[in-house]
Amino acid sequence: MSYSFRNDNRLPQARLAVVSYVIVGMIGLLLIGFWKLQVIDSDKYSQWADRNRIRSIPVIAPRGRMLDRDGRVLVDNYPSFSVLLLRDDPALVMKELPVIAEGLGVPLNDLADQLDSARELPKFQPIVIKPEASPADVAFIESHRSDIPLLEMLMVHRRRYLPKGFMAHASGYVGEVSEKQIEDSNSKLRPGDFVGKTGLERQYNDILQGTDGMRRVIVNSVGKEVDRLPTQEAIPGKQIQLTIDYDLQQIAEQSLGARPGAVVALDPRTGEVLAMVSRPTPDPNDFAVRISGKEWKELNDDPLHPLLNRAIQAQLAPGSVFKIVTATAMLEDKNPPESFTSYCPGYATFYGRQFKCWVFGKSSHGTVDLKKAIMESCDIFFYNVGMRLGIDRLSYYGSHLGIGHKTGIDLPSEEAGLMPSAEWAERVQHRKWYAGETISVSTGQGAVTTTPLQLARMIGGIASGGVFKQPHLLKDAQNVGEERFAISESTTEKITEAMYAVVNEGGTGGTLKLAGIELSGKSGTAQVIGYATRERLGKQKKFEDNAWFVGYAPRRNPEIVVAVLVQESGQHGGTASGPVARDIIKAYYDKKNGVPGQVTAQTGQGIPATAGTATATITPAAIKAKELAQR
Amino acid sequence: MKDAPGTRDYDWWLIAILLAICTLGVIEIYSATQGSSLAGMHTKQIRWLAFGFILMFVLSRLDYHLILDQAWVLYLIGIVALVAVLIFGHTRFGAKRWLPLVGELFQVSELVKLIIIIWLARFFAEVRTDELSLRDLIKAGLLVGLPLGLILKQPDLGTALVLMPLLVVGAFLGGLQWQHAAVITLAGALLVGSVFYPPVSKHLLKPYQRERITSFLHPEEDAKGSGYQLLQSKIAVGSGGFWGKGFRNGTQNQLGYIPVRYSDFIMSAWAEEQGFKGVLIALGLYMALLLRLVQNAQRAKDRAGMFLVMGVAAALGFHVLVNVAMVIGAMPVTGIPLPLMSYGGSATLFVFLAIGLVMNVRIRRFVN
Repeated sequence: MSYSFRNDNRLPQARLAVVSYVIVGMIGLLLIGFWKLQVIDSDKYSQWADRNRIRSIPVIAPRGRMLDRDGRVLVDNYPSFSVLLLRDDPALVMKELPVIAEGLGVPLNDLADQLDSARELPKFQPIVIKPEASPADVAFIESHRSDIPLLEMLMVHRRRYLPKGFMAHASGYVGEVSEKQIEDSNSKLRPGDFVGKTGLERQYNDILQGTDGMRRVIVNSVGKEVDRLPTQEAIPGKQIQLTIDYDLQQIAEQSLGARPGAVVALDPRTGEVLAMVSRPTPDPNDFAVRISGKEWKELNDDPLHPLLNRAIQAQLAPGSVFKIVTATAMLEDKNPPESFTSYCPGYATFYGRQFKCWVFGKSSHGTVDLKKAIMESCDIFFYNVGMRLGIDRLSYYGSHLGIGHKTGIDLPSEEAGLMPSAEWAERVQHRKWYAGETISVSTGQGAVTTTPLQLARMIGGIASGGVFKQPHLLKDAQNVGEERFAISESTTEKITEAMYAVVNEGGTGGTLKLAGIELSGKSGTAQVIGYATRERLGKQKKFEDNAWFVGYAPRRNPEIVVAVLVQESGQHGGTASGPVARDIIKAYYDKKNGVPGQVTAQTGQGIPATAGTATATITPAAIKAKELAQR
Repeated sequence: MKDAPGTRDYDWWLIAILLAICTLGVIEIYSATQGSSLAGMHTKQIRWLAFGFILMFVLSRLDYHLILDQAWVLYLIGIVALVAVLIFGHTRFGAKRWLPLVGELFQVSELVKLIIIIWLARFFAEVRTDELSLRDLIKAGLLVGLPLGLILKQPDLGTALVLMPLLVVGAFLGGLQWQHAAVITLAGALLVGSVFYPPVSKHLLKPYQRERITSFLHPEEDAKGSGYQLLQSKIAVGSGGFWGKGFRNGTQNQLGYIPVRYSDFIMSAWAEEQGFKGVLIALGLYMALLLRLVQNAQRAKDRAGMFLVMGVAAALGFHVLVNVAMVIGAMPVTGIPLPLMSYGGSATLFVFLAIGLVMNVRIRRFVN
């Protein structure tokens, strides 16, 4: 029989055994692989699996509203939609980007830039690509849900401010968070978040800003939503009540009109800011969505500096308003004595240089004493007083009355102004103090600069006998600061008497007289344009005088003090600024006394803050009752 | 061949292991497809399994010696079929692999695997010496190389690769000499190395194959391609943890993140839902299956039967190794299904026919 495979039974048993070992080894290796994935690295992969299936969409917390002192809504929100781009799948994003750009009407380059700037963020975090979605955008997103599963609508709350820049500098505005703010926020803030940028929005951002929630949905591998997980609700921001009185604010806005300048109204008894206006003003509603780089640059480069809050940031020569400081120093130091008089021929010569009185060339003041000097704002009198006091004493009083120091108001970026002194000249300017400068400073010219808020605080404090309350805008502010600078009763009496005479006895504010109201005050007309950077422009006579008026009532222990600055008006303080202060103080008394026909205004903003204080129904009588109750 | 073998001679342990693995597969196919457009796939799979069982018993009745007698005829049929596929075949997923047969599309290369197992058993059984000569080795290599090349042409790298372990295991058991083994190992290492070395691989591999290699080496560069598939599979396996997320509860599975979760990546879905403990059961069963096959080979009546059984063991073992290693990201995506668990008609029938050959050998072990 020939060889056949049928009867060959040589079996390679040893090699078969080797194959068995190979099989066991192979299965063992595979099990080690599973062990590594499923036991050692299991947590990591569990997170990845969750990240796969769970899509998180932020729920934006509404910002707290701002109410006026009577509960009327000054700043609130309105709902709006932003378009979110989900970036979990970069390849799909790149593919669909042109379609999205066309569908939403956003330039493709802009989209690419936005994506680029979000590159550092985790991929599962969506970004806002269009802040204000139009109805057409909403339709586009809804109709393309299945074929472009990359877009989501995000309900947001946009800030709504009263129109025409009403109270804009005090309220400030919100804007997209900057990279620096993100860094400083301990990852509480994310790109695209809105935060307060200036004013109260920034000051009280932590209160106003709520905590965003998170809506979490389960999506399948093609990005379709298949289920929802419990939503982490947003915690709305808290509302804040301001000391601002909407009625007075409105009068202040109207009365100042379009003129560049500022108005601050304070209650010197408490430090509460009743009104604050700065002109020119931007409309913060313009920033509430998203401001383009170009618009922003225009605002910043505007020579009129609309973003500057002049009430706390304009540092200008106070002019004759400063004479109250000089007068206080004279009476307190008794140098020269109270009975000191001076003859004003319209000019005087000190240290070989001629100094003019403001009446120079028109008339003269003749012989003036302190009261007449304040009333008629005689410069010659105060030149003489200043020369006798010297800069150290002027600086001592000016400084203690608040010049050169921030008032501590609850607004960011307040300026301090400057109270010059010999020490200042040496330290900052590395030169000696010239005696001639003292002459200028004694009438509020030269290097001395103040903000409108400082002057309101100072005049209010002096008329209150030397009690200076820290100005503030938050109604229930805790621990309101208070400074006391002892001014003798006779000094207070004499200075307030003179300031009363300014308005009521034919002084520089003689046209402002109000029946039944002890309106008092001091005007100022400053010749020097005080922004340090614009000093040279000022010397070119390009800018006219700044008009000041600080008015208050009643004569002693005032309830309201109003500082008004009208820049470059070319008019005297009493003429240009006085009426603004008068209007506000009159409105204050009308409201307080419930003058018939006087109706408090509505803000036209939002809904009533609380059931108890319906916006439209605050009657003067109710306010009167409240006032009485407080006494 | 005096008396026909009785039912007592069947390897019931092997059948039990087989049924257990099929059960795991059906459970997971059900879990992976329920509630989706593919729902009901498990019943189709059960039909394939039932059909496979019948084929297995039928094939076991036909004496394997008669089959081996026709080895060359089968070989020629296989080559003709492969050429026919290249000419008339249906194209799916960019590859010509399917021939229409009684209303269903059959993957011819599955059948060719079976034919090569038979042909190699005959070939090595006829080697009379205890040591395999170089001449025989080269002859075997060339004759396996022909169908391998044709399958690569489809292209179907996965199935083509399966022919390699058939040759290797056969040669090893046929008395492969150590110096030849060293040369083959070296050549193999060079081949694998060149596949992973782009300047050489661009002449050897199709673009999609190179892409798979690249995405295997650098999965993060290919977020949505086969790198994505491997990553999602690893996430599924890893997130399953030790105890698993539970039947029908695998998020990667149920939300469709696992690619072809009912077929090539079924182990990924199983590992996610059943955890490491489930993997232990599944891989334990596969090990039992393979060792049982080796045991059958050891007890085969003759050398030819032994080669037949070990060819089947080599094919199944290679499938398990490559598929499972892919699922855990240790090997590139090759498109090799997991025997008995993955959904698929041709692949299932191949396994049962192969087991039918084993049974065939088994029930004739005492017959003279």
